[in-house]
Amino acid sequence: MNVFNAVLLRDLRVAFRRWSELAHPLIFFVIVVTLFPLALSPTAAQLREVGIGVLWVAALLSSLLALDGLFRSDADDGSLEQLLLSPAPMTIAVLAKVVAHATVTLLPLMCLVPLSALSFNIPLNALPTLAFALVLAAPTLSVLVALGAALTVSLRRGGSIVGLLVLPLTGPLLIFGTRATDLSVNGEPTAAPLLFLAALAALAVSLGPLAIAAAVKVGLE
Amino acid sequence: MSEFFSMGGHGAYVWSAYGITLAVLIVNVWLVRAKRRSALQRAKALATQDEVPRKQPTVRRLQ
Amino acid sequence: MKLPRWFHQLGSPPYVYRLAERLAPWLGGLGLLLLAVGSYWGLVIAPPDYQQGDSARIIYIHPQTAYVGMMAYVVMAVAAGIGYVWRMKLAHAVAVSAAPIGAWFTFCALITGALWGRPTWGTYWQWGDPRIMSEALLLFLFLGYLALRGAFDDRDKADRVTAILAVVGVVNVPIIHYSVEWWNSLHQTSTLLAEGGPAMTIDMLIPFLIMFAGFTLTFYWLLLRRLQAEIVEREGNARWLRDWLAGARNE
Repeated sequence: MNVFNAVLLRDLRVAFRRWSELAHPLIFFVIVVTLFPLALSPTAAQLREVGIGVLWVAALLSSLLALDGLFRSDADDGSLEQLLLSPAPMTIAVLAKVVAHATVTLLPLMCLVPLSALSFNIPLNALPTLAFALVLAAPTLSVLVALGAALTVSLRRGGSIVGLLVLPLTGPLLIFGTRATDLSVNGEPTAAPLLFLAALAALAVSLGPLAIAAAVKVGLE
Repeated sequence: MSEFFSMGGHGAYVWSAYGITLAVLIVNVWLVRAKRRSALQRAKALATQDEVPRKQPTVRRLQ
Repeated sequence: MKLPRWFHQLGSPPYVYRLAERLAPWLGGLGLLLLAVGSYWGLVIAPPDYQQGDSARIIYIHPQTAYVGMMAYVVMAVAAGIGYVWRMKLAHAVAVSAAPIGAWFTFCALITGALWGRPTWGTYWQWGDPRIMSEALLLFLFLGYLALRGAFDDRDKADRVTAILAVVGVVNVPIIHYSVEWWNSLHQTSTLLAEGGPAMTIDMLIPFLIMFAGFTLTFYWLLLRRLQAEIVEREGNARWLRDWLAGARNE
């Protein structure tokens, strides 16, 4: 557990030192969300219909933006290699890095999504479900993003490929996330998709770090 | 005969589906052959290269 | 863990190359023969579907190509997993060989599905249908795998990194399968596995199954041939390969 705490604190500290970079995904998210109504020039009712999907897709895309801070910069300055050489279990260290990354990039994004939902005329009573679905989706999403970053850690131009690797895997996340929000807008029970999201999160958090650690190890060999 | 090819008005769909499947199979066979040919060519080039006695490394000649 | 002898034999490139050389003609010949027979049976002999008419004749190629695409992904992931765990280079070669073939078959399933959808549902592409979506996602998984492979210069590293991606992606294949039950949609439920036995008459079922066998055998034929080329590419200058090439030239 000491490893976990040490890596978590260290990563949070490094992230806040470059705090201006943390804003990039948020700005990207706001821009994408602004572009959609421009492209569709919709009525208020139409906006409500497409809004949930637009918000989820925009959130997925923005989460891809902050990849480099996860492993690349650490691989460049050699600290990732040090971590590999240390006796500490890599899986735990990787989990800590993912948690730190999710805290500084996904958490602000999660706060921004319900706010933007208001601008899409999504009813106020659906917002708690939307926020809850986002919280349940966040672990899976951050594990997937970290996996993409880990797979491409040794590639100079890995950034363009990560989207190809990660986005198809986010399909189920998108289905259950939007379904839960849709159901709550219509006042129907939302337990089923939320439970599926929770199951995916459990799967991702338990098995994901193994795959990420393996990918980092192979990448740095 | 023309009744058979029209497939009850759905001929265009049925025949293009079968045609595309056939095309995909042919493309796959062709791709495998091309890969095989280039791999064999490279292997043969390597093999003949070795049959000719290799140029002595310059270091040794200097000795 | 003690591994059986055949497992070690399957790790030896010359052994597998020769095995493939012996098996491939049989697989290819039988597979293509079954495809020809099944197509003739399905197009000429089998009766038209009582609801969908003649457009239902696409049933003899669409589910089969979709199935081969998924099978290719499973073959790729299993081979990649074996290659990763036991550091077996040949298993990686199998995984690499399965990927492009699987991508082509998945593409083919999407196209034939669209061509079937138009006369049956009145639309080429039904965005709301889960099986179309998962099939498209499967194609993206294949393309992502191939793209990641292409990005590496070092073959060993590419093998091991893409193996991790393949094993992670295989989680998606059961989701494809169960999406039929998860989502109610206008896609007809799986014809063969419908409750109370196959919903097809016997004269449609026979070509349906013949085509399954034909496409499966054809896939393994293509896989073996591609694997041979891959072995030659990887072995480069190995002794046995040079001997074999010399022998083939003298024959």
